[in-house]
Amino acid sequence: MTQLSYRAAFALIVKRDLMIAFRHRDDIVNPLLFFIIVVTLFPLGVGPESTTLSRIAPGIIWVAALLATLLSLDRLFKSDYADGSLEQMLLSPHPVFILVLAKIVAHWLLTGLPLILIAPLLAVLLHLHESSYGALMLTLLLGTPVLSLLGAIGVALTVGIKKGGVLLSLLVLPLYIPVLIFATSAIDTAAMNLPYSGQLAIIAAIFFASLTLAPFAVSAALKVSTN
Amino acid sequence: MSNLNAKIEATSTNINPLLRACGLTCIREERVLFEALNFTIAAGDIVQIEGPNGAGKTSLLRILAGLSQPYDGNIYFQETPLAQQREAFHQELLYLGHLPGVKDEMTAQENLEFNLALHGLHTGSAEKTLSEVNLLGFEDAFASHLSAGQHRRISLARLWQSQAKIWILDEPFTAIDKLGVKKLEALFLQHADNGGCVVLTTHQDLSLPAERVKKVTLAYRFS
Repeated sequence: MTQLSYRAAFALIVKRDLMIAFRHRDDIVNPLLFFIIVVTLFPLGVGPESTTLSRIAPGIIWVAALLATLLSLDRLFKSDYADGSLEQMLLSPHPVFILVLAKIVAHWLLTGLPLILIAPLLAVLLHLHESSYGALMLTLLLGTPVLSLLGAIGVALTVGIKKGGVLLSLLVLPLYIPVLIFATSAIDTAAMNLPYSGQLAIIAAIFFASLTLAPFAVSAALKVSTN
Repeated sequence: MSNLNAKIEATSTNINPLLRACGLTCIREERVLFEALNFTIAAGDIVQIEGPNGAGKTSLLRILAGLSQPYDGNIYFQETPLAQQREAFHQELLYLGHLPGVKDEMTAQENLEFNLALHGLHTGSAEKTLSEVNLLGFEDAFASHLSAGQHRRISLARLWQSQAKIWILDEPFTAIDKLGVKKLEALFLQHADNGGCVVLTTHQDLSLPAERVKKVTLAYRFS
């Protein structure tokens, strides 16, 4: 029996998840569309004055990104659980850590990355302060993987529950709040032309902590859910 | 134990069993499914787990595969507890649950290739393997367009390529036609002769020679 290397096993799962997502495009388009709709509704709701909009722009973009991620979390393990392929993955001769990390990376590529790509365009709509664009991109780049990683823990815990949607939001949203606070604070600070490396460092710390620890929590949660 | 809930026809006593269950107890929904269950499975065994619906056959298989934890008791793989050698055990295990694990968005061939690759097997002969399960001509059909029996066949196709010693199969004959069942039984026999073992549940009567099939009977217990 040829033993797959960790890298090959990782690539196998990512490739499969991307292939499934591209054949089932709703999964990619829906969260992105939700993100765009929420952000574009705000100028209509609060009025087009650029001072108000640029004041609340960081919050709007980040809250919308957070909710869009929450909306997309379900497909992370749900369909694999329902058709039995999750069981097969847990029984494969690879560390569950690798498989879980691969699924989370695929999830980020399909939800986090499109959000980052479209965010600058939406920031223009909201009159985001010119000097804030760098901070917006950096916080999204470090922050959206955290949303996928922490969200995966919640999904893994609720995957066996029929209607776990509300429970999932209750579990996951409190964990998202630190990222939201530091990310919007970094963007606000950047608008005042002040250094924002402090907030960025904290988001980076949260990112690396969740990157190393979340897959273990997810593996344990999946074992409980499939028990 | 006061009441014996499982009787085992031990046909051979083997010195070095592949799998050994020791004092297994399973409780689901506050009902004891089985209690202090002991048996060994050696190379060359075909073990059929029998019992009425709700007797705990699937639970037992999931515990044997390491997917569920028993309430009490231990499983030993080559005399070492399962938990201490997860990856080595999974290398030798092929478990097919009652869900086929087939993705609707992928074609029959892609599904099989993924399953083979995930378990470290070569994917080169996937097409030939699909012909073994009568899916020739359906390689490029999306699984969403195939029937339940064909889904089952895609997941069973892995058996023809598998190099794992321990096969644990939950109702492998569900939705499979008579000819397919015959073919599978021949494969089980061949696998057992080559030093593997098969543990399966089925409500059908196996047409294998009676002396080859060990039976574990679980009775439905009222709490």
